[in-house]
Amino acid sequence: MKPRQKRFVYIIVAVAAIGLAVGLVLNALKDNVSLYFTPTQVYNKEAPEGRSFRIGGLVEAGSVKREADGLTVHFAITDLHKSLPVVYKGILPDLFKEGKGVVAQGKIEADGLMHASEVLAKHDENYMPPEAKDALDKAAAANAAATGAASSVGAASAVPVAQ
Amino acid sequence: MAINWFKYSAPTTFYGLAGKLVPWFAVASAALFAVGLYIGFAVAPMDATQGEFYRIIFIHVPASILSMFLYLIMAGYAALGLIFNTRLSAMMASAMAPTGALFAFISLWTGALWGKPMWGAWWVWDARMTSELILLFLYLGFIALHSSIDDPRRADRAAALLAIVGSVNVPIIYFSVKWWNTLHQGSTIKFSGTSMHIAMQQAMFTMLAACWLYAIAVTLARVRSIILEREKQTKWVSELPEVAQGEGKQ
Amino acid sequence: MSLDIWMRENPLTYVWIGSYAVAFLVFAVEIVMVKHKRKITLQQVRLMHDVEQVEQE
Repeated sequence: MKPRQKRFVYIIVAVAAIGLAVGLVLNALKDNVSLYFTPTQVYNKEAPEGRSFRIGGLVEAGSVKREADGLTVHFAITDLHKSLPVVYKGILPDLFKEGKGVVAQGKIEADGLMHASEVLAKHDENYMPPEAKDALDKAAAANAAATGAASSVGAASAVPVAQ
Repeated sequence: MAINWFKYSAPTTFYGLAGKLVPWFAVASAALFAVGLYIGFAVAPMDATQGEFYRIIFIHVPASILSMFLYLIMAGYAALGLIFNTRLSAMMASAMAPTGALFAFISLWTGALWGKPMWGAWWVWDARMTSELILLFLYLGFIALHSSIDDPRRADRAAALLAIVGSVNVPIIYFSVKWWNTLHQGSTIKFSGTSMHIAMQQAMFTMLAACWLYAIAVTLARVRSIILEREKQTKWVSELPEVAQGEGKQ
Repeated sequence: MSLDIWMRENPLTYVWIGSYAVAFLVFAVEIVMVKHKRKITLQQVRLMHDVEQVEQE
């Protein structure tokens, strides 16, 4: 290759790389940068209607129900203000648990349920051995029993909760 | 006794200094990698929610931190080169770019491998991951732009501008998990401390130190070649023992 | 799907091969490239130096 051609190739690569970078920015901005909407935003009609979007929050305690086929799961996503019922058919991630963070993608159908095509688990930034976790959970349970406020607010740290 | 710092900013002296430093940094880095891996896999306990998979953090977080800091340092050197027109600064910036790009790649790769078992997806277009991917493309853009221009001084200036403009992306990466809803969790290392068990912390910080030393060693080794290449017409280069050696061999 | 099951049965192998082996392979490739660049550059500079010597003589 002549130096001139080489230069040309390098310029193309540079332009492509920068173009790709800018394109990715625009792509991310188009989706409003945030990955998901909260249930409160959905109730306030801030989420897109009639098309697929992501909703994030906690799996509401006591809401998970499996149908007889063993694959279809009903649960509700809550941000502790509002909650939204979701139905999903498929394999759930390992970390999917009541009271834990979750992000579901799907469309709200006429039946008022979000029919999810993908369910992702969201974990928090705390890392500790199982014994430490047990001790923390016990302390939290004792605390909750003492104050009488039984709620899973402690687990909410993984997900920003709408005010 | 005052040290003349400008003496070391001259390629002539820096070439020799870097040559002396490289083996030390390389050996220290290898030792710390061994210690870090030992603590990470033999001492640090399993995580309560993520089991063994969380152990990816010991390479994922250091690689991500390095990819961001190296970019800022690279942009700083590039800016120094633009403002003061010093020869060495631009050479340091070009020497750091490939290492930064590789750390960004490792960060993305290990992140994908962590995301699959834990979240349920290799990749999601959330703000944290997208901005880290942009960082990788900024590094590649810097390298490609620099190689596309034949005149080294002009190449330095053009690439420096790209590096400087791109540095706005670094705070976006760091704060993305705060500013927007992302699938990626918040930062484990915060300005106020860390949210991690002590042995896990030790493993992560040892690996972080090892990555720093590795990056310094490999950058210094690379900048020596860049100095030789760009100063090859000068007298001091032809007087170097490793160059003069070539005599008689014909 | 079978990968999903395999990684859950062998999490440490998955972590080692998938993340650590790849990261160290990347480092190894980078070290080889840096050494190669050093060799090539030295060759070029020596060549230039030798040519100058011949011209002077």
